[in-house]
This record gives sequence, C-alpha cells and structure tokens, in this order.
Amino acid sequence: MSKGSLFSRIDIGGFAPFAALALLAGLGAMVNSRFLGLDNLSNVLTRSAFIATIAVGQTLVITAGGLDLSVGAMAAFVAGLMILFLNHGLLDNPLLLIAAAMAVSLVAGAFCGLANGLTTTLGKIEPFIVTLGTMGIFRSLVTWLAQGGSITIKSPDLRAAYRPVYFGELFGVPYPIFVIVAVAAIGAFVLYRTAYGRHVMAVGSNEDVARYSGINVVRVRTLTYVFQGLCVAIAVIVYVPRLGSTTSTTGLLWELQSITAVVIGGTRLKGGVGRVWGTIAGALILEVIGNIMVLSDLVSEYLIGAVQGAIIIIAMLAQRSLSRSR
Amino acid sequence: MLSEISLDFRAGEVHAIIGENGAGKSTLMKILAGHLAPTRGELRLDGAPVTLRGPVDAEKRGIVLVHQEIMLAPHLSIARNMFLGREVRRGLTLDDKAMNARAAEAMRAFRVEVSPDIPVERLSIARRQLAQIARALLAPHRVVIFDEPTASLTPLETDALLALIRGLKAKGVAALYISHRLNEVKAIADVVTVLRDGKWVATRPASALTPLDMAKLMVGRDLLALYPERPPAPEGPPSLQVSHFYAPGYAEDAGFEVRPGEILGFSGLVGAGRTELFEALLGLREGKGEIRIGGRKATIRHARDAMDAGIVYLTEDRKGKGLLLAESLAINLTLAALDRFRKGIFVDRAKESRALSDAITRFDIRVGDKGLEAGQMSGGNQQKLLLAKMMQLDPHVIVIDEPTRGIDIGAKQQIYRFIAALAAEGKCVIVISSEMAELIGICHRILVMRNGRIVGEVSGEAMREDEIVVLATGVDPHAAEARA
Repeated sequence: MSKGSLFSRIDIGGFAPFAALALLAGLGAMVNSRFLGLDNLSNVLTRSAFIATIAVGQTLVITAGGLDLSVGAMAAFVAGLMILFLNHGLLDNPLLLIAAAMAVSLVAGAFCGLANGLTTTLGKIEPFIVTLGTMGIFRSLVTWLAQGGSITIKSPDLRAAYRPVYFGELFGVPYPIFVIVAVAAIGAFVLYRTAYGRHVMAVGSNEDVARYSGINVVRVRTLTYVFQGLCVAIAVIVYVPRLGSTTSTTGLLWELQSITAVVIGGTRLKGGVGRVWGTIAGALILEVIGNIMVLSDLVSEYLIGAVQGAIIIIAMLAQRSLSRSR
Repeated sequence: MLSEISLDFRAGEVHAIIGENGAGKSTLMKILAGHLAPTRGELRLDGAPVTLRGPVDAEKRGIVLVHQEIMLAPHLSIARNMFLGREVRRGLTLDDKAMNARAAEAMRAFRVEVSPDIPVERLSIARRQLAQIARALLAPHRVVIFDEPTASLTPLETDALLALIRGLKAKGVAALYISHRLNEVKAIADVVTVLRDGKWVATRPASALTPLDMAKLMVGRDLLALYPERPPAPEGPPSLQVSHFYAPGYAEDAGFEVRPGEILGFSGLVGAGRTELFEALLGLREGKGEIRIGGRKATIRHARDAMDAGIVYLTEDRKGKGLLLAESLAINLTLAALDRFRKGIFVDRAKESRALSDAITRFDIRVGDKGLEAGQMSGGNQQKLLLAKMMQLDPHVIVIDEPTRGIDIGAKQQIYRFIAALAAEGKCVIVISSEMAELIGICHRILVMRNGRIVGEVSGEAMREDEIVVLATGVDPHAAEARA
C-alpha cells in the first residue's frame, strides 16, 4: 500500500478515541492528584476488563453489520451456570475444578452466541430484535436459577483458590489487564490479518457484494456472535472471582457500555469498519469518566449511567460529522 | 475540472453533450442545475445573467436535471415518489386518487402499463429510471437536462423516451442530452457538443456528424475499429451444458451450451429474465435444473460452488453488488479468491499487492494512486477491477452482465478486447447485454430471451438488430406494418 493510502486510512476517526482518552487523563490529573497514581490507574484498567473484553466481541459483531444487546444478561446467565457447576463439585482438586468451570463457561458462552447468531442469520430477523429477545430470556433464566436471589460460590476454599484470577498480579500488573490485551490482540489479528476478518468487514460493508464474491454470509455473521459469546465467557471468568456470586442484576447495562465503547472507538455502527484498539480506548474512556466522577465532587456518581448514555449519543454525532467532512 | 466553455442552449432544440468519462460533462450539468457554482464565468437565462443558489432555485427557474443515479424511495409507491415534496392535497388529506391517475398517465407516456401504487422496489431498474424521469418532468420546466437517461433502458423504452423528448422539443423546451450511446445521440440531437479533458472540443449540427465522427472527436485520435477481431470459431466438446433449468418466477426451461473459446451473447428486453437465469445458475438465487460442466453433472447451491466449478459471474450492478466502494483496490481484487492469498491463517499482503500490480497492468486500470478506494474510480476502471477480481479465480466460464454499462468508449473498446482475448485463450465467455450492437460486434452467436424463455438463436448473417428485436419482442415490425 502506498503512503497516501496509509494516511487516508488512519483518519481522524482512528485517532479521536485515543486523543479523547489522553484529554480525559489530563482532566483527571487536574481534578485529583491521586488519579495518575499507579494504584488508581491499575484499578481503572482492571475494572474496565469486563466491558473491554465484551466490547471486542461486540466490535466484530457490529463490523459484520450485526448488534448484540444480550451481552449483559448473557454474562449473568453464564456466570450463574459457572457457579452452579463449581458448587456441584464434580472434581476434588480445586484448581482442576476451576479449570473445568472455565471450560463450561466458554462452552456456555459459545452456545449462547451461536443461538443469537443462527436466529438472526437463518431466521433472517433483525439482530436488534433477536438479541432483545435473548436478553430477556437470559436475564430471566438467571433470576430463575437464583430463585430471585443470588448464586454464590459455597466453598470458601474454592473462592480462595479462584480469587487470584481477578486480584492476582504478574510483575505488578493485575491479570485482568493481561486478559484485555490478549483478547484485543486476538480480536485485532482476526479482524485485520485473517481472511475471515476480511470477510467480516466485507459482509458488514455490503452484504450483496460479499454474497456475489462467494462469501458464506450466514457463516461469517454467525461466527461473530459465537466470538461475542466467547468474549462474554472470558469476561465472566474474570468477573466471578471478584465477588464470588451473581445475581439477576449482574451485568446490568453492559450492553449499553459495550456498544458505547465500540462506537466511541470509531467502529461504524452500520458495519464495514471495525476498530478493535479504538474499542479498548472507548472502554477505558467509560471507566476513566466513572473514576473521575468518583474522585471529584463535580457530578454525583449516581448519574454515571446518564453520562454514559450521553456519551454514546455524542460519539455518534461526532462520527456523523467526521464522515460528512470526508 | 472544466475551463473556458461557452455554449448556447436554444428553446425547442435538443443539444447533446458527449465526451469520455472525466471529460467534464457531469460538472457542466451540475453547474447548469445549480448543484455547483462556477468559479468564473456566468450563466444567462433568457439573456439575463442569473446566479443559481442551488438545485431548488434552479428548479424554480424551470431548469430540471434528470439524474443518472436512481434516487427514489424504494418502499414508497411510484405515485408517492413522483409527488414526493409536491403532494396533491385535498383539504388536509392527500389526494391519492389524483396522484395515482397522473402517475399512471406519466408512465403510459413511456408505453409502460403499471399500477402506480406498487412500491418502487418491485420495479425493474429500467422502470425505476422511467419513473424518475417522469418525476422530474412533473415540475414546470423549460430546460431539461438528461444525464445518461437510457443507460438501463431497452430499445423499446429508449424509443419511447426519445419520442417523449421530441414532444418536449415541440413544446419549446430546451433539452440537454448526455449519453454514451452515439447512435441515440445521432437520432435525437439537433446540436452536438464534444468535451474532452474538461475543455470544449467542438459544437456542430448533428446532421453533419456520424457516430464514428463523434467517437473520434471524443477520443481525440483516430479510433480503430470499436470491436476486436472475432476469435476463431470455437471447437471441441462444450464446457458448460444447461438443460431444463428453472429460476422460479424469472426463467423457465432454459437450455444452452457453450464451448471453449466461444463468446455467447444473451439478448432480450430488461425483465426478460437473463440476469435472473444466470444468478440462479450460479447459485445466487433459487433455481433448479441440470448443469453439466466439462460433461460432468454439477450441483451448484452457493456462489462458492460455482466458483469452485470454474464459473464466475460479473454482476450488472457494479456499485451495489460487485465492488466494496469504500474499500481499497487490493481488498476488492482479492475478495472472491482470498483463499489463494493466504499464508497460514493470515492474509498475505505482499502477494496481494503483487496481484494488484499485475492486474493494473494486465487490465490497464488507470489509477494514479493504488491506495484509492474503488468508488473513487471511473466506471470503466471499476469494470476492469471487477473483471480482474473474478479472474483471480482462474475461471473457465465467465459470465459478464452488461459489461459496458455506463463506461466510456475507450474503456468499452478495451473491455471488448479483454473478452476476445479470454475467448482466444480457450475460455467461454457469456455476455448479457441490452446493447444489441455490442453483442453483434463481439459474439459468435446470440441467444434471445423473452418472458423468461430462450426463444431463439441468431448467428452468422442473421446476427442483425432487426432479427433480435423480432425475437426479443415477439412482434414482427414488418408484419405489423404490412397488416396496418
């Protein structure tokens, strides 16, 4: 590719989320000197792990022209299944049991994603409707499994053994941060470097062109939902050791946050253009804003949902004006 | 883009503007219709200088542009589209009855009988085009600019449109007519202006020019024969045999075969089912019947099956189904054959880039910057890219639907040469086209479809427009005249 194309491809839209993140960091430092402290930053990153991981999957789904509203409910449901499996105690060795539970979580996530994917593609139903429906289904299933209460890891030993996955560190870096980087790297590789990723982009850009190019649109789209399911499962694997339990309100508004992260990151909501690293920046922006709200007394932290809701709308407006000026 | 052009358009005169893509025709039209402001110079209407403040202002002054691209709301009915923004009201409510009646009447002017309340998306491209022309003419008009109005029309509809333009002329309207079809220009225009590279080349009475003269002026050099020498007659057993093939709702009981080195034409009116027949054959829509490739029975359910069997289809809808307009040339080039550009699980970008360089050379794709988006190229270059894209699959049978729609004469000539060269290499080329002249110019034989059936074949001496029209319409004009 020539130099000209390099510049036209990495347009302002690609840089904007990182610039915004840097600006927010500056603002954070001004508001509270503790913001730039290593502890606080590492905390922010760790807490963004769930949304960042899920949003990488959402990036692929949206790039292929889909949408997944069910991620939050799916996370609660998969977490419920995982904890129930742990409580069943099929294996004596706690580490093996946890490993098996992780596998269960991945399989459950993949299946939930597959259900979403097949229903939209084979059923030819708008993904908005399908995942709105499964959102209700997953949410209700977890409420039912928990009988309206919560599902908690019973064995204290097991909880202790699992704890490090969220709270542990390697070279002073919390594990969840490694998870973010790994998932994003995989997502970026899949989307930018593989033939499958190219097909994802083509399907989202123009489904007809993809079909006339011999691309199996149903398979490509369905697999993005499976990938999304796996990302949700990974987020659950990191989430469960944090509290050791799940309730019917687990993962509430994660769909809003993950879609917001994707849109802030510069991915085109109508598909065709996906930016995995932009999504990560988007997820961090959301967490940093929350953090600043907590550290400062400017706005009540109870309003965080309102702020996030406003951000997605502002991000869409920004995207619109950028694409118009091109 | 455009420099130093002075032209007069007179009432009651059809003034054709011709030129290759990029000659500046569209820019000129946009200035005249108020979409663009000239950087220098002035526009005079009835002798008085005017400044157009936009297309709405231009329309108020009676200058109407009929766009080449179809700009109708697909879910709304014909009548609602025609009256969009200027609805007929009766009190507070819409007068659908009146609007439907006038819409039906407008379509009838094109000899098209169609219910005005069916949604535009259910119309063929040709009929959408006609509906769009009708819509433009609903506004009061004294200058009407037609931008490639016949690009997707069949001969019959073209005739109807030309008749309508003659009617406008008789009413004292000044008509501007842009077209690549020089025969049409010859038939309809009183005056012809030729543009080249944004500059004025000539303005002459149409009676003083032959279509060949026009082509020479457009290209600026002596044009060799438009059509290449026909490759030698095909030999050997057929590569592709189709029998009793059905595309439900579009094509019935189709059967034909094509041999290595053969260029087979498919003619017929728009809506005759040619495109749909091949889309079904290639696994792009529902179809059933027997397909033999190299004598062996083949099952084609998806586009990929056809590609694996060595058959490719170049869609007539380049922009909508052929290319990803917002993506780079390289991404478009390899999209259908990405499996051939893999290193492990990764896309081999170095190989991809080499393939692009090769394609640019082989198909003479004229781009200054290889990093351009496909949509930024001219129609001719897009068509070359689409051809190059499908050739990445090394096909034996190449189906090209409307190979030269909307592309300039220089690129046309090149496309014909590529087609002939492919046949000379022993490949089968099937050309679907509404331009009878080009089928006659390049094909070994031509099959004609009507209402979803293959109704006849012409070859050799019988490859003449009148023969094809008789088959395509089912009406023998000579017989009709004799009876009348």
